[in-house]
Amino acid sequence: MTTVSAFDAAGPAGDGHAAGLRRDQWRERMGLAGLAAPALLLVTVTMLVPVGWLFGLSFLDDNGALSLEHYRRMLAEPSYGRTFRTTFEISFVTTLICILLGYPLAYFLSQLPRRAANLCMIAVLLPFWTSLLVRTYAWLVLLQRSGLINTWGMKLGLWSEPLQLVHNMGGTLIGMVHIMLPFMVLPLYGTMRAIDRNLLRAAASLGSTPVHGFWTVFFPLSLPGLAAGAALVFVLCLGFYVTPAMLGGGKVTMVSNRIANDIELFFNWGAASALGVVLLVITLVVLVLAARLSRGAGLFGAGH
Amino acid sequence: MSWLDRPASDTQISHGARLWLYAVGALVLAFLAIPTLIVIPMSFSQSQYLEFPPREWSLRWYEAYFSSSSWMAATATSFKAGFCTALLATPMGTLAAYGLHAARLRFAGLAILALLTPTIVPVILVGIALFYAYVQLKMVNSFLGIVLAHTMLAVPIVMMIVGSALKSFDLDQERVARSLGATRTQAFLQVTAPQIGFALVTSAVLSFLTSFDEVVVALFVSGGDNATLTRMMFLALRDQIDPTIAAISTIMIVITSLLLAVSQLFGKSDP
Repeated sequence: MTTVSAFDAAGPAGDGHAAGLRRDQWRERMGLAGLAAPALLLVTVTMLVPVGWLFGLSFLDDNGALSLEHYRRMLAEPSYGRTFRTTFEISFVTTLICILLGYPLAYFLSQLPRRAANLCMIAVLLPFWTSLLVRTYAWLVLLQRSGLINTWGMKLGLWSEPLQLVHNMGGTLIGMVHIMLPFMVLPLYGTMRAIDRNLLRAAASLGSTPVHGFWTVFFPLSLPGLAAGAALVFVLCLGFYVTPAMLGGGKVTMVSNRIANDIELFFNWGAASALGVVLLVITLVVLVLAARLSRGAGLFGAGH
Repeated sequence: MSWLDRPASDTQISHGARLWLYAVGALVLAFLAIPTLIVIPMSFSQSQYLEFPPREWSLRWYEAYFSSSSWMAATATSFKAGFCTALLATPMGTLAAYGLHAARLRFAGLAILALLTPTIVPVILVGIALFYAYVQLKMVNSFLGIVLAHTMLAVPIVMMIVGSALKSFDLDQERVARSLGATRTQAFLQVTAPQIGFALVTSAVLSFLTSFDEVVVALFVSGGDNATLTRMMFLALRDQIDPTIAAISTIMIVITSLLLAVSQLFGKSDP
């Protein structure tokens, strides 16, 4: 860039060169941008076009005529309302529990010396990178009627009959919190580490107690990380499929499960597409709202 | 003065007053780590009902896994798919991140947004959309189909990792190399690539894991001879709790830990 303007300043004699250089530079920059072409092509062919296709499909009735039938049915049939309510409830409760468990953990980690914190971080990252299927399976094994929790609970005399811990809403929530917790802890921990300790020293030197200093100085400064983590957890929860399918025992139907059922059991592409479109729109709205709320905080960048 | 009375930080709160925080922190860490790890000893149990601690140890579930041709075929498919995904997604994502970073064009932001859509769109929607598209293209249950799908899911991850590595890299170094006679390709391969080597290795590892661990898309577009391991596990778990899966889970945990350890070691040896 600077070379071009230097030539520009060289006056009339340099004009031909300047134009040539500008052309060369433009060509080079286009060539560089062209390096993204293979990736763009792949995402277009395997993602944008098929999803666009489904989008179109959701506006066609069974005879292929344009209609809003599938959307109308979604509003008319109470079972759809229940599915959406279940999805929101689960996402909301999971997010809430993740905040209640994740905030103290992130705070605990941020107060440790760096070496110790990195060591503890392994416990956060290990499940983060372990297959979701493996972790859901682990909960299935732990929570089943003859599972570890029931066996030990009865051995210790905490309860006498095996409790129904899985194949219901409770089991689904436990599994989802376990999977989502790292998504909460990572951005929170990053934000907390970045908080300047001198601010807390200043608060203390002005006479604030440690607890008061935490609530008036530390907590407000950690809010961007909390918002980023909560938004991420909530949005990811909305699209959950595997955990409710495996731990819900057919009793917990989130939107994703309903979409899969529409395809696998009823071959109803129109209904499934319409549900998919609504799910996508809700996801995007939540993301945009979250980005607005945590302006500048960086929804994804905060954790790393 | 005992440890409990000693101040835990500059703001003079004592360790004693913070005991509850240490307890909560340890409990939540245990909640995160233990359920996954407990599957490992359970997989060596003799019993049909996964017990902990196992009363009798045995390798029967590992035998069941390694002697089943369908589990072995699915494992081979998953390894091949993961390998091909890493091989495709790493260069694709790196080229895209590098090109868009170096070109500094106004529409680069739009291109990046388009490339990140796979991380935003709910995966069930990707699954059924691809299924629909592959039906038209007669690519359902094909190996190519699953590799392309997983590559598309992995490209944004590579882009984010390489993109953030490039942010802290000074492109003037490439200009210096080129002013000394290197071509752009040479400059990239000899100057830039070694310095973002850690990001490239991490990208390849995470691309492999993205494919290897992926369930939902594989559920819809893989099958027949090209069913992935996760697809088979998911379908097996829908019916009953098969202890063979504890053995497979243990193997998957070991593979994941090894891969991440390798990528970490690579990062440490990097200057």
